[in-house]
Amino acid sequence: MEIIYVYTRKRSEFGRPCSFSDRPAKVNVDIPPDPSMASGFILRNPVDSSVQHTSDMSEHEVNTERVEVESRGVNHVEGGWPKDINPQEVEQTIRFRKKVEKDENYINTITHLGALMEHCVKQNNAINIYEEYFGEEEVAEVEDEPPSAKTINVIRDPNVTKRTATHLSWHPNTCKKLAAAYSSLEFQQNTKEMSFDSYIWDLENPNKPELVLKPSSPLVSLEYNPKDSHILVGGCYNGQMAYWDTRKGGLPVEVSTVEFSHRDPVYGAIWLQSKTGTECFSASTDGQVLWWDIRKLSEPTETLVLDITRKGLLENALGAVTLEFEPTMPTKFMVGTEQGIVIACNRKAKTPPEKITSTYSGHHGPVYALARNPFYPKIFLTVGDWTARIWSEETKESSIMWTKYHLSYLTDGCWSTVRPAVFFTTRSDGTLDVWDFLFKQNDPSLSLKVCDEPLSSLRLQDNGCIVGCGSKLGTVTLLEISSGFCTLQRNEKNLVNAMFERETKREKILEARHREMRLKERARSEGQEMEVEEMPVESPHDVLERTRREFFEVIEAELQRRARAETQPLRGKVKDHAGEERAAQGEESQLPKDRGEEKEEKDAAKEL
Amino acid sequence: GIPIRTTLDNSTTVQYAGLLHQLTMKARSTVRDIDPQNDLTFLRIRSKKHEIMVAPDKDYLLIVIQNPCE
Repeated sequence: MEIIYVYTRKRSEFGRPCSFSDRPAKVNVDIPPDPSMASGFILRNPVDSSVQHTSDMSEHEVNTERVEVESRGVNHVEGGWPKDINPQEVEQTIRFRKKVEKDENYINTITHLGALMEHCVKQNNAINIYEEYFGEEEVAEVEDEPPSAKTINVIRDPNVTKRTATHLSWHPNTCKKLAAAYSSLEFQQNTKEMSFDSYIWDLENPNKPELVLKPSSPLVSLEYNPKDSHILVGGCYNGQMAYWDTRKGGLPVEVSTVEFSHRDPVYGAIWLQSKTGTECFSASTDGQVLWWDIRKLSEPTETLVLDITRKGLLENALGAVTLEFEPTMPTKFMVGTEQGIVIACNRKAKTPPEKITSTYSGHHGPVYALARNPFYPKIFLTVGDWTARIWSEETKESSIMWTKYHLSYLTDGCWSTVRPAVFFTTRSDGTLDVWDFLFKQNDPSLSLKVCDEPLSSLRLQDNGCIVGCGSKLGTVTLLEISSGFCTLQRNEKNLVNAMFERETKREKILEARHREMRLKERARSEGQEMEVEEMPVESPHDVLERTRREFFEVIEAELQRRARAETQPLRGKVKDHAGEERAAQGEESQLPKDRGEEKEEKDAAKEL
Repeated sequence: GIPIRTTLDNSTTVQYAGLLHQLTMKARSTVRDIDPQNDLTFLRIRSKKHEIMVAPDKDYLLIVIQNPCE
């Protein structure tokens, strides 16, 4: 029902003054209430209504411009003398002083203040209220707070086209500076406008880099020299190596020649321990590891081809994606390859083929990160494909501990420098995981979504509290993790040691069993060769049936073994440290009989 | 402020006088800001090396520097 009132006025009447007159009220429309509509409503009893009597406030935000602050000092000169007295003239000042001393007010005040002061001085002399009363008391116990991490700083790539922050390196001493290498690792995504620069950031000023490094091609890896904090070495996208001196500016001091450099991006560059502090080595996906001396970057001092068949052929070489070096073991180093194999090498071997001491395979994809545990150098962590694995140098066949398969790729990882049981991993869905395997073994203790784009690099500061993550769009996020992860727990070293030893022992036993089974199989097959003609010829159908059956049995066996492996650590705890043979024997006898059969079938399936 | 009587050398005295005068003014105004009826009676600054005690008055200021008994 529309209520319309139409106003009409003649054009000739426009502009005429209005004359208003009173009129009694007239009912225009009368709409009686419709009780049928009341059924659409529910009676509300009691009715809550809030009333507040406050003044209306409005909110304003203002962001001031950045203020430049300067420190200034003021020199205080003697002043306060009355106008007629010249402070330089000693006579006048003495006279003034004597005059004041005769003043009655002065005398009264001084006596009064003197009494007050005397009281306080006596107080001081009587007892020293600031002495250390409870010096022997121990520090408060560890509070059990839930693990957390908070972002303290976010540094973005100042360029328009964002590049991935591929490598981060903290300044060795102060930890207030962070060097970040930026490059685009996507195949052929380099546009012409993409800048080649990499930056050194000072954490106090995240808006503007402290120093801009200008290489001839984007840097993929960048490292501070731990001995000389002004020198940095960087590996370029085109395979060259360059080094900078921060005192000399943004251009590299020297760049290696193209002929002798790598042919692929230099994914790993690490400084070596040497007396001169100028040696470093680099690895790249072209399959070579080159050693350099900074002073002469025109050619490498040594090369190694990562050929695991030990023939030194470049065609067979595996591309290296990450490099690892522990200063406490200067002759050994490890390389993680694109093919998922970790190669441990000895630098001091006589012939190149002997340089490769052992290989560890277990990842399905490139090994993106490789790190030794700073407390237990025999144990190292590898991160690749969808898992992170912990290996012991002694067991070459498989890792001693591994995480479950995640939904996204793991891109980088590192150990905590403070706690031996803690390590960090980053994923390609932008999550940072903090793992504490003394606390929880199936899941990370803390899983934090840092950003929406994949995280590409991770670096922990030396104090263990601050971790920097670089992402695909060049954003470097600095997180401070809760103190639970930075302080060494009671007994942690012993527990971690025990766990590592247990897992290593378990793997060794499995390896031994494997070997036994294989020997038996070989012996049996050799014995069987004589009777090969008498074996009934199986029809293809039978073969298929047998294969299928054995395949399922193997799957079942694996599942059971995994389940048993997870309960193994509990069983391991009960054992005491009796001789290893006894323990090994004890374990072997405990292994139920069908385990041996499972191994047999697995081997049989393998040989099929 | 002007030092009337001192047992230290002149330059130190002048320095102490000037700086502590300002500090006392500030402390007094702070105390009065919090509670207008209140007033500063005594000020003690304990540092690593000594303790400085200041007794303020309307016109004058008595400053004592003591070595704490440690």
